[in-house]
Amino acid sequence: MSLTRQDVAKVGLLARLALTEAELERMTGELSKIVDFVSQLGELDTSAVEPLAHPLDTRNVFREDEPQPSLSTAQALANAPRHDGSCFLVPAVLGETGAA
Amino acid sequence: MHLSERSATDLVAAVRAGELTATACTTAFLDRIAAVDGRVNAFLAVDRDAALAQAAAIDERIAAGRPVGPLAGLPVAVKDALCTADLPTTCASRMLAGYRPPTDAFVVARLRAADAVIVGKTNIDEFAMGGSNENSAFGDVHNPWDLTRAPGGSSGGSAACVAADMAPVAIGSDTGGSIRQPAGLCGITGFKPTYGRISRRGLVAFASSLDQIGPMARSAADCALVMETIAGHDPGDATSLAVPVPAYTAALDQPLAGLRVGRVPAHFGPGLDPEVAAGVEQALAAFEAAGATIHEVDLPHAAYGIPTYYLIAPCEASSNLARYDGAHYGVRAEPGGGVRAEPGGGVRAELGGGNAALGPFDSPLVEMYCRSRAEGFGPEVKRRIMLGTYALSAGYYDAFYAKALRVRRLIQQDFLRAFETVDVIAGPVSPTPAFKLGEKTGDPLAMYLVDMYTVGTNLAGIGGISFPCGFTAGGLPIGFQLQGPALSEPLLLRAAHQYQQLTDWHLRRPALVP
Amino acid sequence: MTATPAAEPYTTVIGLEVHVQLQTRTKLFCGCPTTFGAPPNTQVCPTCLGLPGSLPVMNRRAFELALRAALALDCRIAPFTKWDRKNYFYPDLPKGYQISQYDLPFSSAGQLEVVDPKGAFSRRVRITRVHLEEDAGKSMHDEAAGVADSRIDLNRAGTPLCEIVSEPDLRSPQEARAWLGELRLLLVYLGVSDCNMQEGSLRVDANVNLHIPRPDGSLAKTPIVEIKNMNSFRSVERALAYEAVRQFEEWQATGAELGSAPKQTRGWDDAAGVTRGQRHKEESSDYRYFPEPDLVPVTVSEEQVAAVRAAMGEPPSVLRNLLAERWKISAYDADVLVNQGRPLVDWYEQLATLSGDGKAASNWMQQDVLRTLNERGATIGEFPLEPAAVAEIIVRIAKGEFDTSRGREIFAAVLESGTSVAEVVAALGIAAVGDDELEALCRELLAANPKIVADVQGGKEQAAAGLIGQAKKKNPNVNPAKVRAMCLELIRRG
Repeated sequence: MSLTRQDVAKVGLLARLALTEAELERMTGELSKIVDFVSQLGELDTSAVEPLAHPLDTRNVFREDEPQPSLSTAQALANAPRHDGSCFLVPAVLGETGAA
Repeated sequence: MHLSERSATDLVAAVRAGELTATACTTAFLDRIAAVDGRVNAFLAVDRDAALAQAAAIDERIAAGRPVGPLAGLPVAVKDALCTADLPTTCASRMLAGYRPPTDAFVVARLRAADAVIVGKTNIDEFAMGGSNENSAFGDVHNPWDLTRAPGGSSGGSAACVAADMAPVAIGSDTGGSIRQPAGLCGITGFKPTYGRISRRGLVAFASSLDQIGPMARSAADCALVMETIAGHDPGDATSLAVPVPAYTAALDQPLAGLRVGRVPAHFGPGLDPEVAAGVEQALAAFEAAGATIHEVDLPHAAYGIPTYYLIAPCEASSNLARYDGAHYGVRAEPGGGVRAEPGGGVRAELGGGNAALGPFDSPLVEMYCRSRAEGFGPEVKRRIMLGTYALSAGYYDAFYAKALRVRRLIQQDFLRAFETVDVIAGPVSPTPAFKLGEKTGDPLAMYLVDMYTVGTNLAGIGGISFPCGFTAGGLPIGFQLQGPALSEPLLLRAAHQYQQLTDWHLRRPALVP
Repeated sequence: MTATPAAEPYTTVIGLEVHVQLQTRTKLFCGCPTTFGAPPNTQVCPTCLGLPGSLPVMNRRAFELALRAALALDCRIAPFTKWDRKNYFYPDLPKGYQISQYDLPFSSAGQLEVVDPKGAFSRRVRITRVHLEEDAGKSMHDEAAGVADSRIDLNRAGTPLCEIVSEPDLRSPQEARAWLGELRLLLVYLGVSDCNMQEGSLRVDANVNLHIPRPDGSLAKTPIVEIKNMNSFRSVERALAYEAVRQFEEWQATGAELGSAPKQTRGWDDAAGVTRGQRHKEESSDYRYFPEPDLVPVTVSEEQVAAVRAAMGEPPSVLRNLLAERWKISAYDADVLVNQGRPLVDWYEQLATLSGDGKAASNWMQQDVLRTLNERGATIGEFPLEPAAVAEIIVRIAKGEFDTSRGREIFAAVLESGTSVAEVVAALGIAAVGDDELEALCRELLAANPKIVADVQGGKEQAAAGLIGQAKKKNPNVNPAKVRAMCLELIRRG
């Protein structure tokens, strides 16, 4: 087992996924297997190889600083689970900043 | 021949010539959907009235002598991972049940502008993650050739829909094989063009550096027809290629003589079903008989394709799916219990029983995130999010994600080298014919391996097309794949089309009686 | 809290992290406008809302302004740059990640110097990096009707931000405040940002700790604290001053040193005048950065850099020296003028050219033009006079037609009436006073003021000043200096 239950619980929190006991158990086994499987990439010597994040070599794509029509507020909120007609509503974010 | 059995090319010509109305055409397919989709479950949303209204409007313009687009009257089914402003876009997930985008995807807008008739949204593996269409929150798709078998995935609904004549053309998307593999298992033609050839704007992202939209139809000629409408530069997609679109349908007629076809011996190792191997070899022989030459090529890192893909794709997906958190759209689990699908009053998601998720949570906000996502996502999606989050996290990034990006370059270099000596690489698209529903769902890794022949194409960013090359003794389609260098769409479509002039596998239909 | 002792037994070490909103018309990745103050969620689209299927495309102007800012800060521009995703969950971040720059920012290794015009300090602060990223939306806590909700407005989400990170080179709260002022001036001068803290187009976080010399000569370092929520440059100064004292007292009590605990974040409470510790989140720092797949990398050529540099205009530091040299004014005067912004500097230079006297022009700018602008709450663009009008006053004073105080009267009258200098001069009956007329007037004054004459004869020359007011009453056109000189001369002659 390359992942412990604790590892998986920690990842669950990072990913904002609440896991049941059963899921935590199952996920630990499954993820360990998958991680073991993908770890075979370690067999390859890639010390002289650059990462390929974009498959094609495109560079320098820009758009001009011209205003485009925005959505209406109604459109923006149309799929919101809770809103007050003007803003999205979420459970209170008390005195915390998002990024440390 | 029934209307629903005619090719897209044929139907479009007939409408243009005034021999067929858009309404008659659309009605035929809507009726076919009503007759057989109950057993196939290819569609998640069909709006009969809206489709007929679209068709009627086109007929009016034709009758008035006003110009109509190149696909006038052609019914098209759209994978439910693409945004449509007039139909829900759920990605086959409870998370987006009832979600209505404010705008069409770029490709959908192009189809509408060409006067195609959007008949409905097809079923998929949830958020495009899967190889069998058994990960949908709204039921499995059944392979029309054998309803107890999977159609492949993630564009299983699109593939099944075309195979069962419920639409002449469907739009799919392909991240690791999600167009080509289900096309192979359903006996139709599926095309994944070069990365960036078709705009991803409005395609709900799974893995952004791998995703590509493509057409699925009964023939390469029909795929070429649709490609002319949907391919092209989009300034709203920074990864979209600013390269002109060739007239794909005009370039289909050059014969196969002189085509250098690569065969990769490693593709034919253990793990490849013998009947599939036989079918593929037969197709290679047909190419050779038509004047193509077969050459052995090596893709030394092919075996590392699956582990590379199953690192890069989940990592990108874990980030792409972070937006589904119940805050601005999608399903939200309110603190205190209960799941509601509020948006637009669509489908009401059900809360699973006995699923008390672990707490305690740091705050009501964190609880909302954790429970909304737990309740909105299915198990495969969760697995990939967890895997991707882990592989990107501090301490693991270099060994996993960064490592995979380096192997990706090796895989791309393999292809570049191979294409110095051959024009296309041919081989199987799937290691087996259509497998039984439930056969691989117990083992995620086993399911991942169905993509073994297709992931390399996406990793390298090149093009690939799959089409039928035979049938098993049991009557299941055998798929064949051609891969070509970046921007070799004309070559791939032409080669497939020429093969389809010499054979008739692509014209066979499942015996799906209404 | 005790006041900071005059001779501090520690060195305060400060680094600043500044976010400025770039002065573009639209957001970084979409065409939504960035104007301040619009009703909530009216400047949003699928891209900045993070709707499924949406994609970002880089704003060319934003990148150019960012390049300009980096060049002004003397940074090295990377020939190849890319964007990365910074992943975390927060309701004002609809995609669940911020598109930012991680390991290959477009610029690094710059500097900005601040020099106190009164000579109290001078500090060269190194810039670690300047990078380009998108802003998040706004989260507002709403306590109306007892509902514990936050309201989310995504108008600001996607606004282009330059993040400017300094090395911990600042050594006092005063320096930090001044440096921020210099940075702000620079960026406003170059049209990069309007740097308005009230509107949120400039935001500052600070990192501060103390270096405390021990009796044995070694150096104790307190843990670094990040300070947030400072809403003005004055708050920055106050917060840093408070925090330095707090850290010193804490160190005296606990001896805790750098590295003994994870980095703390404290929020400044301006009303209470204190920093408060914020809840520490363990996993909050794992942002899982990876290259943004939806954006392609950007290459910057030397030609491009040269073009941006050429179009930039002079930064304040260069302009100060230039003005001082060109117009023979002091460094202090040049500083005052430059601080008012380019439009006023341009106005001044016209005045100096037309009047032929840079020093006089500078005085008139500071004492008269600026005073008027401040009184009216106006900008130089709204000032009703042309440089030519004020130049005329200066020239006529130089010619001796009237004195400076008379000149001020004319200035005020021209402002009030909207007529020309010549017309006002005529209306006020200003005319040169001839020597004979002056002598006659002075003889009159001397005759009427025997005590003053006696005082002057007794050695108190300054008593003659008492005659000037009387002279002006009799004839407002007299030059006070000439009156004084003439009276003294007459008294001397007897």
